Amino acid sequence: MTVADMETAISNTLSDGQTVYIAGFTHAIPFAAGHEIIRQGFSDLTLVRMTPDLIYDQMVASGCASKVVFSFAFRGLRRDIKEGDVEFEEYSHFGLMGRLTAGAYNLPFMPLRTFTGSDIPNYTDAIRTVESPYEEEEIHVVPPLNPDVTILHAHRADENGTAQMWGILGDIVDAAHAADTVIVTTEEIVSEEVVRSDPNRTVIPGSEVEYVVEEPFGAQPSYVQGLYDRDRTLYRSWDEIASTREGVMDWLDEWVYGVDNRREYLEKLDTGRFMDLHPETNYATPVDMGEYR
Amino acid sequence: MNCSRSEIMVTTAAKELNDGETVFVGIGKPTLASNLAKSTHAPDLNLVYEAGILGSPIPKGGTPITIADPKQVSGSAGIFPIFEFFSRYLQGGRIDVGFLGGAQVDRWGNINSTAIGDYNDPTVRLPGSGGACDIANNAGRIIIVVPHEQRRFPEEVDYVTSPGHIDADHDRDDLGLQGGGPSAVITDKAVMRFDDGGEMYVESLLPDTTREEVQEATGWEIPFASDLNVTSRPNEDELEILRTDLDPKRVYIDVPEE
Repeated sequence: MTVADMETAISNTLSDGQTVYIAGFTHAIPFAAGHEIIRQGFSDLTLVRMTPDLIYDQMVASGCASKVVFSFAFRGLRRDIKEGDVEFEEYSHFGLMGRLTAGAYNLPFMPLRTFTGSDIPNYTDAIRTVESPYEEEEIHVVPPLNPDVTILHAHRADENGTAQMWGILGDIVDAAHAADTVIVTTEEIVSEEVVRSDPNRTVIPGSEVEYVVEEPFGAQPSYVQGLYDRDRTLYRSWDEIASTREGVMDWLDEWVYGVDNRREYLEKLDTGRFMDLHPETNYATPVDMGEYR
Repeated sequence: MNCSRSEIMVTTAAKELNDGETVFVGIGKPTLASNLAKSTHAPDLNLVYEAGILGSPIPKGGTPITIADPKQVSGSAGIFPIFEFFSRYLQGGRIDVGFLGGAQVDRWGNINSTAIGDYNDPTVRLPGSGGACDIANNAGRIIIVVPHEQRRFPEEVDYVTSPGHIDADHDRDDLGLQGGGPSAVITDKAVMRFDDGGEMYVESLLPDTTREEVQEATGWEIPFASDLNVTSRPNEDELEILRTDLDPKRVYIDVPEE
């Protein structure tokens, strides 16, 4: 495990043609990492996410992806699919999450009570059925999915890479454990003592993490619970921006290609808008883990 | 008191929810309906969101715009990772009722939120399932909230994202589905139910709406209940909560001018 800057972590980890999972179910999406992938100009990536969100709309428009695996598409991806600009494979949320969990658990498949009566399995070959060995019952199964690289954005991590979060955990824990290589980006690198004071908050231990990158506001324009809110101004205007590929490219020219790193991106954001995203403080009651001798 | 059709849709949906039930809340009118029910007749309604949030509080300062908003998280009773949440709660049979919408709803309550036209060469590409197919498979019952237009109500959907009562020859039991399927379809023109064979019929018409208007906006000859009545209007208390607390910015409802 190595503490690194974003540019180093991304360039040392990713290669063209890999399968990449950028984690975070609406909460704590590692936008800074996604933007660095765009700047470094990778190609032929398979991008997997339950909700591709703005980040995959942006990455697909940049040309770094040849395929997207998803369960709920945003405006840009819908356009890319309709226009035949990208290969795709789709699931329901439970189906795609089941693939990641099977990957994390090292299982040959995951049985799921879903897809019955739906057309989804008719168009997604990986969704199949098996007979129960115990009852007269057929159930849908999905295969494991093991990304080459999963990237997540945590509230805090220590220098060993042990990452901690609160609020919506979403797909993060299994998406990370399913991956060959994990990059943790974090709001703050804290001491190991802080992490060990509250071990229930850990989403992945440092033993599973390749790089940890300190990147404050690294999830903006998505949100991090208790630290900053979703940038609704951008999210609301995204449908219009993403209605054409040129619209997304213009946005990338300004906010991704037009800056060298996240610090420059943050400097470009309007200060007033930035302050509006800051919630009032609402601390959880501390827990007593006990001191045992 | 004057009210809009969107307000009647929300209050009608709220009445579908019983105190003590666990509801899998969708975004938009379902969020308003669920929070309205919890604010009025169903204080012990358990609001759960697909991001894995259980026992979500009634949000301050208006309803959130996504199913995974920080407002729904602060003060909630619990949060689980998504696989655990879907497995234990939805697949585990702990969800009494789920809300769904979609671009097309057919005669049997099957829903399409994936693609209009051919899947591989669609005329309109939609977001896809998200959790919808999973909810349709497993929730105790489903409430569908959609605008009533002929293109949205074809006799048969182009693509079944989320199964309803299947078709004339098959029902949910034949397929082994655990949830009960759609129990109500609430539109800006009518409230529909399903008969024992799983076919949709009109139970009530919204105020100032005719049978002809509903038939015109439906892609097959839809039956009307023999005791067809008029959908109840919201009371002043419901409208006050809806307009002042839940949707002060008029994101999901419109309010008629006095």
